[in-house]
Amino acid sequence: RALESQSEGQCAPVDSLWRRYSEFELLRNYLSVTYPHIVVPPLPEKRADFVWHKLSADNMDPDFVERRRIGLENFLLRVASHPVLCQDKIFYSFLTQEGGWKEMVNETGFQLKADSRLKALNATFRVKNPDKRFTELKHYSDELQSVISHLLRVRARVADRLYGVYKVHGNYGRVFSEWSAIEKEMGDGLQSAGHHMDVYAASIDDILEEEEHYADQLKEYLFYAEALRAVCRKHELMQYDLEMAAQDLTSKKQQCEELATGTVRTFSLKGMTSKLFGQETPEQREAKVKALEEQIQEGEEQLKSKNLEGRDFVKSAWADIERFKEQKNHDLKEALISYAVMQISMCKKGIQVWTNAKECFSKM
Amino acid sequence: DTSLTEVNSFSPSIPISPSSMINQYKFEDEPEIRDLFITVDDPESHITAIETFITYRVVTKTSRGEFDSSEYEVRRRYQDFLWLKSKLEEAHPTLIIPPLPEKFIMKGMVERFSDEFIETRRKALHKFLNRIADHPTLTFNEDFKIFLTAQAWELSSHKKQGPGLLSRMGQTVRAVASSVRGAVKNRPGVFTEMNDYMETFSQKINLLDKIAHRIYKEERDYFNEMKEYGPIHTLWSASEEDIADSLKGIASCIDRCCKATEKRMAGLSENLLPILHEYILYSEILMGVLKRRDQIQGELDSKVDALANKKTEKDLLSEEIGKLEDKVERANNALKADWDRWKQNMQCDMRSTFTNVAENNLHYYEECLATWESFLASQTVDLHVEEDSEERP
Repeated sequence: RALESQSEGQCAPVDSLWRRYSEFELLRNYLSVTYPHIVVPPLPEKRADFVWHKLSADNMDPDFVERRRIGLENFLLRVASHPVLCQDKIFYSFLTQEGGWKEMVNETGFQLKADSRLKALNATFRVKNPDKRFTELKHYSDELQSVISHLLRVRARVADRLYGVYKVHGNYGRVFSEWSAIEKEMGDGLQSAGHHMDVYAASIDDILEEEEHYADQLKEYLFYAEALRAVCRKHELMQYDLEMAAQDLTSKKQQCEELATGTVRTFSLKGMTSKLFGQETPEQREAKVKALEEQIQEGEEQLKSKNLEGRDFVKSAWADIERFKEQKNHDLKEALISYAVMQISMCKKGIQVWTNAKECFSKM
Repeated sequence: DTSLTEVNSFSPSIPISPSSMINQYKFEDEPEIRDLFITVDDPESHITAIETFITYRVVTKTSRGEFDSSEYEVRRRYQDFLWLKSKLEEAHPTLIIPPLPEKFIMKGMVERFSDEFIETRRKALHKFLNRIADHPTLTFNEDFKIFLTAQAWELSSHKKQGPGLLSRMGQTVRAVASSVRGAVKNRPGVFTEMNDYMETFSQKINLLDKIAHRIYKEERDYFNEMKEYGPIHTLWSASEEDIADSLKGIASCIDRCCKATEKRMAGLSENLLPILHEYILYSEILMGVLKRRDQIQGELDSKVDALANKKTEKDLLSEEIGKLEDKVERANNALKADWDRWKQNMQCDMRSTFTNVAENNLHYYEECLATWESFLASQTVDLHVEEDSEERP
């Protein structure tokens, strides 16, 4: 369903339309490439992960599908509430344009702008002067990813065990009922206590279902860590590019100088071949120098613009990162509070059941 | 302290309902004022050339005239308890002799002389002696008195007296032989009812024992996972600034709930599990008692049959039959009375044990609730402070 657009509204042409998960993926890829300085909200998982074993790992499971739906809705809300992203036209047409959206996205040619993974990896290792803040951010995102995935794994195991404790109590119900049949005075107490044990055993299903939503909140930030890292990678790439361009410029300047003065300071194949096969004519040399001077000119302009680009990137990236940090702190704190609320509710239910059971037992 | 003390006193934690008051009332014919107090403690290991064994200190305090002194302290080993039990069974074949802890524990992989095993056994032995002391008939048994008062060498020499093993075996063989003939078909209805009851009871109590053990295991597994769960939050807090306190708060809540789970488990293993185990033993004991009653009846029945068939020795047989009829009547009455008493105690034990289970769970949830509520309170205070000082995005 299309959400009320927060950007300047033209009248919303279409109220609701259908989108597949793959279209969401396409939208996100487009946004990541087009706004590399933005921490782009992540999509919910495609496949069920970190499941405790009583919960279905089946992608077609209605509970999973519902939770994924909520995750996708959340993704759109995140984009819509982002000061920069919400203005994007492709995003707007995702929400409003029924047909031809995919073609429209591909026509932007964004795929060409995408950096190759290999190039990015290369950059990681070759950058000489990385920005310290981005390096720290990268470490943080690695730690966040590692700790949240560990937490989710153990939480799933805890959920499993908790399920076991509750469900075994259900066996009491059956046996108490059978036992009560041979007892005269104890029968009623046993029977009703058994009923409360059944209630207790059944209560865990809702409790754990609710906890899944908490797990999903954490998962979102697990995936956000990847988005953070993507911004860091982009910076590294730009920095690497910059360093390469600067290096190239320096070597060209050196070459130029050598040709002009006739001194060979550095070894070059050209120098060797000219030694072996004879010097060039002054005309040839002058042509070369002129060509180099042109390249140097170009290079200096490019370097200037790259520097500017780099500084702009850092500035806008860092602004978004600050925005993200605040959002993250707010959201995670809320999630932790909601976890406490869930635990409180579980405890209260437990107190009620066992108070009832105690009364039944004391009347046996 | 044994759970049996609750038989003779009002327990403040259990609400007094009319039916429980009736139970209290019925024990008026029991020795209300206890004049025999027994404790079993201080296990000590003894190593000889032949064997290693444990002795327990048995302390008796009494105001009874039959006892020469008012205080006794002796040391007894498991074998001595076994001896006492068999003497009591011999003297009172249709009374319900309390259960003794078993020789070995098969499941649970507990070492024979581990502290846990010794302590469990000590508690059970303590209960055993106190149950005998509380029994209106058994408490006055002569062998019981000797057990409590005799020095080690006195007990050994006393044990050697009395019918030897062989003669006792002979009795058993004859008893088994006679029980083959129609003891069941002449059995009064009340004892068939008891038999049927015990069969079902035994089945249910065994099931409950399995369930309780399973719960214990699940709680332990849960505890183990929780132990790992809390610290992850602390680890996470190291990378965070703003939410570090919240994370540490969660970690400490989880750790407190973890400890509360441990307490809950301890409650199970200290209370419910031993009681269920005792009643498993009791159901075996009761089936045995019913069989012995049948055997005694069988002796009578076979003599009656003999009388019907024989022409001579009628007078002698009639006399024997008269004696056996008395014996059967005494046995039946003893069993009926003891059965009623056993049922009352069982009801009491079950009521207090399961109530205790419920209380343990209540304490667990109340503790966890308090922990999480105080965490929540600390967080919402912070949130309000933040909201006031922050500009809304």
